[in-house]
Amino acid sequence: MKNAKDRLVELNTELLDQEKLSVLEGYIEGLEDKAGSLIHVLHKAQGLFGYLPENLQLHVARKMDLPAAKVNGVVSFYSFFTQEPRGKHTISLCMGTACFVKGADKIFKTLKDQLGVENNKMTEDGLFTLKDIRCVGACGLAPVMLVDDKVYGHVKAEDIQRILQKYRDEEDSNGH
Amino acid sequence: MAIVKAKINGIDVEVASGATILEAAKKIGVHIPTLCHLNLEGFGIVNKVASCRACVVEVEGRMALAPSCAEKITEGMVVRTDSLRAITGRRMAIELLLSNHPQDCLVCPKNLECELQALSQEMGVREIKWIGEKMDYPIDKTTASLVKDPNKCIMCRRCETMCNEVQTVGVLSGINRGFDAVVGPAFNLDMEHTACTFCGQCVAVCPTGALTEINDVGKVWRALNDETKHVVVQVAPAIRVAIGELFGMEPGTVTTGQLASSLRRLGFDAIFDTDFAADLTIMEEASELVHRIEHGGKLPMLTSCCPAWVKFFEHQFPDMLDIPSSCKSPQIMMGSMVKTYYAKKMGLDPENVVMVSIMPCLAKKAEAARPELAKDDLNNVDLVLSTREYGAMLHEAGVQFDVLPEGDFDQLLGESTGAAVIFGTTGGVIEAAARTAYEWLTGEELEKVEFSQLRGLEGIRSASVMIKDFELNIGIAHGLGNARKLLEDIRDGKSHFHAIEIMACPGGCIGGGGQPYHHGDIEIIKKRQEAIYAEDRSKVRRKSHENEALKSLYSEFLGEPYGSTAHELLHTRYVAREKI
Repeated sequence: MKNAKDRLVELNTELLDQEKLSVLEGYIEGLEDKAGSLIHVLHKAQGLFGYLPENLQLHVARKMDLPAAKVNGVVSFYSFFTQEPRGKHTISLCMGTACFVKGADKIFKTLKDQLGVENNKMTEDGLFTLKDIRCVGACGLAPVMLVDDKVYGHVKAEDIQRILQKYRDEEDSNGH
Repeated sequence: MAIVKAKINGIDVEVASGATILEAAKKIGVHIPTLCHLNLEGFGIVNKVASCRACVVEVEGRMALAPSCAEKITEGMVVRTDSLRAITGRRMAIELLLSNHPQDCLVCPKNLECELQALSQEMGVREIKWIGEKMDYPIDKTTASLVKDPNKCIMCRRCETMCNEVQTVGVLSGINRGFDAVVGPAFNLDMEHTACTFCGQCVAVCPTGALTEINDVGKVWRALNDETKHVVVQVAPAIRVAIGELFGMEPGTVTTGQLASSLRRLGFDAIFDTDFAADLTIMEEASELVHRIEHGGKLPMLTSCCPAWVKFFEHQFPDMLDIPSSCKSPQIMMGSMVKTYYAKKMGLDPENVVMVSIMPCLAKKAEAARPELAKDDLNNVDLVLSTREYGAMLHEAGVQFDVLPEGDFDQLLGESTGAAVIFGTTGGVIEAAARTAYEWLTGEELEKVEFSQLRGLEGIRSASVMIKDFELNIGIAHGLGNARKLLEDIRDGKSHFHAIEIMACPGGCIGGGGQPYHHGDIEIIKKRQEAIYAEDRSKVRRKSHENEALKSLYSEFLGEPYGSTAHELLHTRYVAREKI
């Protein structure tokens, strides 16, 4: 448990982007069945903010007149919702049985080292989020890695740098 | 209603359509163990998540075992609860729960009260067959009332049902999923920073040691053994009809005399009765009500004896803080009188007086710690024990409560009327107030003191009391979800009540979070209520304003009821709080 002062900062709803909030509030106001629409509202909120930080969850709870614990329960239950900021690209590494046997754990370690992040975290430059996932049903390609929707099969640890570089170069050529 | 016929263990059974296998089995005397299941019939409180699988049975023609608590009887169903497969299935459910459960039963606060432990014994579990990953969470001891140890949680969700559906407090919810799932507040907050009211109903229904009270027994022992301290004790009305259960006495046994004797044996310097303070509360609260009625004050007036209720409206209705009575609760009024009137009379330095309360309640612990209730930086009440903790203390000291001779409270702040003892049940505070308000408003003697229209166990009740030609409309709610409904009516301008009594716990204090565990048996709470009314009937004086010791307190020290000294010492204010 974190100390109370840090918690208050994290839960301060005034720190949220007011423009995005007013869009979200408009959406909530327009709902016909407000009580049964929590998941829709959370989808909308994640669409606007990119992720669902605690203060945003608290804000949604207050607007929907629901306990914050309930909102947090829903957000933490569904894997589609993320409470951490998500990078521009999501790297998902399959940790299913076949991929694991084929050395997915070593590839995962390589990814963590080269990206400098832990599982489910975003890189400092905001370009990538690393995630381990369960079987994607492409065991013939094991080990399997996805970058967003693109599938990389038979991945080797030495391929990782080249693949990451491709996305970094793309980003640079987009003028960033 | 349609009748359904089935066979359980070869015995024919007929039940109303919709009945579960568990209910049907009970009807024919077949016991099926349950763990997550909770049905407090009469209070409308049901937890039916079928998550623990401790009640599985074999249904002919089905592959999988069925949870009998949730599975409904269908026509012609053939059930076996006693087949090897059913018995083994139930045992395995418990063994699996134990594979991720600490094995510190000997030192667990729930030792011998734990339903998981009892089932483990009942099902003949003799080894922990599976060794696997175990939960590892910090234990939350941030509040003055509760200990939350998620490592002992079996995800039965009873606490969630109490916190959300019954109390509508909404602090506890299932967070995360799969093995990482845990029941707790939003965002992993500690309990101290939530809207928890400390009603303790989660503790009252938790089958294991995942939710228990903060234990203050050691502090009370130390105070009793400190020669520089003058240790004063008070006991709440609801203790005397419940504590006997901890010593094998029948539920509903009135043990007022034994209670006084037991306190004397432990060596308290003065033994007072919270009932005295309940009479004092009525003097102040009835005065406030009469004042509000006669001077066009804010109505309805809501009672403020219940600290869980107080914290509930501070968090949930911060815009309505002017509606509840400004009266402190009886526990705090007693503390206030002990640290001022009593200390002065006895020539004691209040610094050296330790006020101990024995309460049926866990919120009373947090209430005693509220900073605005302290006078001159001294807490009105220093230490609060639950009924269970006091029982444990007596066990430690080897006091055989059930065979104690009857004793008396000390007179000064120990005398009480029948009006005070009924504070322990839902409807009691307002009935006590009505007895006094009637005589004050009419100037006539009230002959029939029992207001049967205010009694009962329905969650929300309303009644009118004729005070000459004035019709006093009274509302009563117990359970915070019921209270919420009355509060919303007031906010919407739909309430016609003059006075409303609210108690957070189902049944009032007799069903408090600090009482001996009822293990889902609602009959126990009903018997405690009957005992409360029996105690009232046995009293010579049954109206608070007839309490002789109380009259002396006003004439010697307080002056007028609802006067300036009373305001300073017996009234308080409320704080708007965050809802999270």
